[in-house]
Amino acid sequence: MNRQALIYYPLLLCLLLVLFAGGLVFGSVHIPLDSVIRILSGNEMERLAWQNIVLQSRLPQVITALMAGASLAVSGLLLQTLFRNPLAGPSILGISDGANLGVATILLYFGGSMNMTAALPFSGYVALIFASLIGAGCVLALIIYFSTKVKSNVMLLIIGIMIGYLASSLISVLNYYASSDRIHAFVMWGLGNFSGVSMHQLPYYGGVAFVGLLMAILLIKPLNALLLGEMYAANLGVKIKRTRILILFCTGLLTAATTAFCGPISFIGLAVPHVARLMLGSSNHKMLLPVTLLSGACFALLCNLLMVLPEMNNMLPLNAVTPMLGAPVIIYVIVNRKNIQYFD
Amino acid sequence: MTQASVIETKNLSIGYFLRGRRRKVVHDGLDLQLFPGEVTCLLGLNGAGKSTLLRTLCGFQPPLGGEILLMGKPLSEYSQLDFALTVGVVLTEKTNAGGITVYELVSLGRHPYTGFFGQLKKQDRDIIEQSLEKTGIAHKADNYVSELSDGERQKAMIAKALAQQCPIILLDEPTAFLDVTSRIETMVLLHKLAVEQQKAILLSTHDLDLAIQMGDCLWLEEKSRPMNCGTPEDLILSGAFESFFGKKDIVFDSSTGKLNAKAPTRLMGVDGDFLASYWVGNALIRNGYRPSVVKKDQMSIHCISKDYFLLTLPDGSTKEFHDVADLLKAIK
Repeated sequence: MNRQALIYYPLLLCLLLVLFAGGLVFGSVHIPLDSVIRILSGNEMERLAWQNIVLQSRLPQVITALMAGASLAVSGLLLQTLFRNPLAGPSILGISDGANLGVATILLYFGGSMNMTAALPFSGYVALIFASLIGAGCVLALIIYFSTKVKSNVMLLIIGIMIGYLASSLISVLNYYASSDRIHAFVMWGLGNFSGVSMHQLPYYGGVAFVGLLMAILLIKPLNALLLGEMYAANLGVKIKRTRILILFCTGLLTAATTAFCGPISFIGLAVPHVARLMLGSSNHKMLLPVTLLSGACFALLCNLLMVLPEMNNMLPLNAVTPMLGAPVIIYVIVNRKNIQYFD
Repeated sequence: MTQASVIETKNLSIGYFLRGRRRKVVHDGLDLQLFPGEVTCLLGLNGAGKSTLLRTLCGFQPPLGGEILLMGKPLSEYSQLDFALTVGVVLTEKTNAGGITVYELVSLGRHPYTGFFGQLKKQDRDIIEQSLEKTGIAHKADNYVSELSDGERQKAMIAKALAQQCPIILLDEPTAFLDVTSRIETMVLLHKLAVEQQKAILLSTHDLDLAIQMGDCLWLEEKSRPMNCGTPEDLILSGAFESFFGKKDIVFDSSTGKLNAKAPTRLMGVDGDFLASYWVGNALIRNGYRPSVVKKDQMSIHCISKDYFLLTLPDGSTKEFHDVADLLKAIK
């Protein structure tokens, strides 16, 4: 392993800390850093409002952003390695759309009102997560089924895109029959948001994300073998079918949970693994996976900061910010693919 | 020397399962034996079933019938891990390994031996370094795979198979896409490994010349005919190649071991200096003559040295030439 790559851990952790702190300091109300630190260390503040903003709103928001970024980036990396296609990602393979469809069914059909700050009753949230998981799981099952029929990964990617369209069209049908306030709730959810998770919901999302990320870390060894292709990997003793299902399950879990809580977030899963690979120069997952995880968290925290930076009462929608950072990365990668070694 | 074969097939039938119960048989009745310490070359035209046979032996597709014995044990009784410890493969499959170093690539060969996280122990590192040394790619260990030439990449893949420490190595067209010198290097390397480490090496190839030169054993695979196996020289002397490549307009010349575009009919006696007459023979074949022993009352060429040739015409008169080009002009 490349020794100098180890420098990225402290570097990324510092960046993460700075962005994390930035997320607590900036917003519609500016709260100075020393006050934030005092609030976090449990000291009573003279201004109760600041304390509430930091502990009840901003802290869960930055933690959610951190976990969502890590989850999406890691699932993007897993899919890119599995499909041996640098343009794979949870949103491209239709997995996000499946999760969308699940959420849409709940929000539009059953009408769980999804208020951004106050939340659904607990059972509503559980229903939302389950619906999202079921939607993502159905798409994944379809993808797995087609992956046994279609050998070419490019073709499989196109099938994923088609399934995504199908899910979107079903959502449109649901939209057609739903009342306008339900549609409004769904559209708001669809813009993407890190602030939908309250402090007491956080452990649920955190738990699922933690399990998914842990699973991904346990898959590092077979992921490296898969760089050589499935036949070589099989010859090295990797159980291909099982590994494939584990990878897809892990991606499905991370994507579905994140989509349920934060809305469909584009580009993080697609772009961050490329940023990590370009930084490291290596596609060895022993380094790449942790670096992707940290970069994803940083990327999402940066987006979170950009959302609130206009310092107005309303935040920018998340899905307006992620393409600004993500799309240039993808264009850069495609234009320079001849000179980027991991394409070879 | 009688040695136990490491791969033995009995009445093996290879091919594909189609929809329903139907099956497409590519080749059947295969009774093959692969021996340690030898390089065996699998030759056959496109569509003869070389890849199907290799894939079946690699365990990537099930046989349609018959039996495969690996080290005396049926293939079906091998777990995937046991198989990984027995057979190492080098394929033509496109890899995405450009972004890992040669060392990391070769260390993947230790996969079946390492634990859950693939952590390399001292012993693993020693084996990786030895594999890099033996294949002559150690100087590139820290380079990324994308920085390698095709020949070096092939060496790195062979090093990976070596690190796997299998008694059997199967290679699918390892010399395809390589330039002339890399082809020879690769074959020499494989031969060295076979002899020094008593590996059983089976490779498919289109490289007839190299197979005859470097192969200890050849398997000639042809559609709907039994596999012809043997030492290259025995196969040539027994005339197996003539029927093997028995295509119209393409003829195997058993005196040179080469395939020629069409049968040279006119005889031309050639004798004299060994090297000069070999290459004069080469030029004659290209121009429709078959080199033969010198007979009276027949055109013949006497090669005195590299730059002095005597052409004897049927009437007994002679002409002198100083290079092959002029000589050819005279007989055309």
